[in-house]
Amino acid sequence: MSLGPITKVTGRAVPVPGDDIDTDRIIPARFLKCVVFDALGGQLFYDERFDADGKSIGHPIDKEQYVGASIIVSDDNFGCGSSREHAPQAIKRAGFNAVIAGSFAEIFFGNCTTLGIVCATADKATRSAIMKAVEANPKAEMTIDVDRKVVKFDGKEYAVDIKPNSRKAFLEGSYDSLAGLLDGLDAVKAFEKTLQYSFK
Amino acid sequence: MGKSLFQKVWDAHAVRVLPNGQTQLFIGMHLIHEVTSPQAFAMLRELNIKVAFPERTFATVDHIIPTEGTDRKRPLADPMAEEMYSAIEKNTKEHGITFFNPETERQGVVHIVGPEQGVTQPGTTIACGDSHTATHGAFGAIAFGIGTSQVRDVLATQTMSIAPFKVRKVEVTGKLKPGVYAKDVILYIISKLGVNGGLGYAYEFCGDVIKDMSMEGRMTVCNMAIEGGARVGYINPDEKTYEYLKGKPYAPKDWDKAVAYWNSMKSDADAVYDDVVTFKGEDIEPMVTWGITPEHAIGISQAIPAVSNEVMQEALEYTGFAAGEKMDGKKVDVVFIGSCTNGRIEDFREAAKYAKGRKVAAGVRALAVPGSYGVKKQAEVEGLDKIFVEAGFEWREPGCSMCLAMNPDKLIGREISASTSNRNFKGRQGSSTGRTLLVSPVMAVAAAVTGTITDARKVFEIGG
Repeated sequence: MSLGPITKVTGRAVPVPGDDIDTDRIIPARFLKCVVFDALGGQLFYDERFDADGKSIGHPIDKEQYVGASIIVSDDNFGCGSSREHAPQAIKRAGFNAVIAGSFAEIFFGNCTTLGIVCATADKATRSAIMKAVEANPKAEMTIDVDRKVVKFDGKEYAVDIKPNSRKAFLEGSYDSLAGLLDGLDAVKAFEKTLQYSFK
Repeated sequence: MGKSLFQKVWDAHAVRVLPNGQTQLFIGMHLIHEVTSPQAFAMLRELNIKVAFPERTFATVDHIIPTEGTDRKRPLADPMAEEMYSAIEKNTKEHGITFFNPETERQGVVHIVGPEQGVTQPGTTIACGDSHTATHGAFGAIAFGIGTSQVRDVLATQTMSIAPFKVRKVEVTGKLKPGVYAKDVILYIISKLGVNGGLGYAYEFCGDVIKDMSMEGRMTVCNMAIEGGARVGYINPDEKTYEYLKGKPYAPKDWDKAVAYWNSMKSDADAVYDDVVTFKGEDIEPMVTWGITPEHAIGISQAIPAVSNEVMQEALEYTGFAAGEKMDGKKVDVVFIGSCTNGRIEDFREAAKYAKGRKVAAGVRALAVPGSYGVKKQAEVEGLDKIFVEAGFEWREPGCSMCLAMNPDKLIGREISASTSNRNFKGRQGSSTGRTLLVSPVMAVAAAVTGTITDARKVFEIGG
């Protein structure tokens, strides 16, 4: 549960452009048939990566120059749709530790934070500039500095935003909420008695 | 300065502010299903933690369960589906959680079962590992979807770490025209505010159109709040809400005390909102989607708008439709009536009214899938099942079915489906090239009997 602070994310990046990339695209519903998350990494973006015969159709994450990347750069409303944690689990298990996008759907964002996936937002001009730079030099390493809220790539810095609560949680290492919640369990039990309703 | 229902309910459930700045929020009622809970129980087991308040969690099985009667025999033919079913049986038994399974005849889609059992109540906080949890907001609850790690948190502590939302008042004034339904209202709102217009907001739906709606209609509206980016959608409770809950299995025993509490949680007349938007009920016509997000919705008389962004371009490439075309007249292969959006008794009553004495067009596969045992039994008491079957629909057992096709109900190849569900995402109904057109139940019946998307008001002579 205590996974240690995340002050920066370093790795190669892959542009996955497009608005409204929904959770059904990130992980198609048929792959939710599982009682453990282990196999999800290979199923990330499945229907956008493979044809009916399982042959690659050239999704960015499968392109030779981007294989091994650990940061996704995308556009607005990334992760919209379902609450399935299978989506960020698939992203994490495919080796990605951060997503830079225009905006994030809320449930998806919360799920990512809990799993220690850094979600940073950037305006359209910044995103385009980052994507262009990555395309020009796909083998270069990117660093997301969580504290300073900047992306460093190929000698340049780009300003991004990270929501204050999740930034603080990353820096403190408190992004997995359970330990903090369990700390107050006695107080919660007393609190429960003040509620106006029960199902007993 | 007055408070909104959202603020009152939030304040009544805020245990404390956590060091990370978020609220530790008490979840008064927690719902679980077989897809997003097994990993949460596994995490508890690993940490040797017990469920803190097992009487505040209720379970059902809905996503993977087959809807053909004979396919529901255990063990299920699909071994993964069987494993998930067994896991929720085992987990609920081990932790003393009530499981509305098929044997209890209370099973169904989680968001239909909650209200039907009376565990969905005004002034409560409700969480479920499912994005359509906002459905329960129709009762004046603050209800939202959570991820599996949060399901674990709620099981372990009945609380979760979450930041408060802003509140947008979404008012729909006047009256709906005949043949226009709750589904059309919410698709219209999303088409205007956008799929991410609600980010950071709870939507308080109000106005005469909402007030005049049945509880079923209100649930349809709140259900799709998330499709507009709003994690929470709610409606202030009123006599209709209380009437619906009265006599339900888990309705409060001290009724008067409960009603007093519920009334006290309504938004004050002088409540302050972060934003207010107003729509006119008269402006809404039967809606249909043409693209790959619920925002891609137009009135049946309208044409697909000119492409103004990349997503629209991508949508048209996927669906094969073109800007300037009308959806009226588009052929359909499949019709699906059901889901947590439109799988309630009123939906089937209204659909049956127009399916009666008509026949599903040749070449169209039509499914009517009740949202729960309660809905199924009531429909059968009223003889609705016979109407559907005589018309050529398949009348099924309760489950999520073709809304997300985790069970055997799927589109094949490029099939086009007129569906009363909530998402028209690429591949949503089980085929990576399949196409989903979201409509109301009555528009779905019109599509079934004509074989095309068409204005149900003309086909059925609604409203003269």
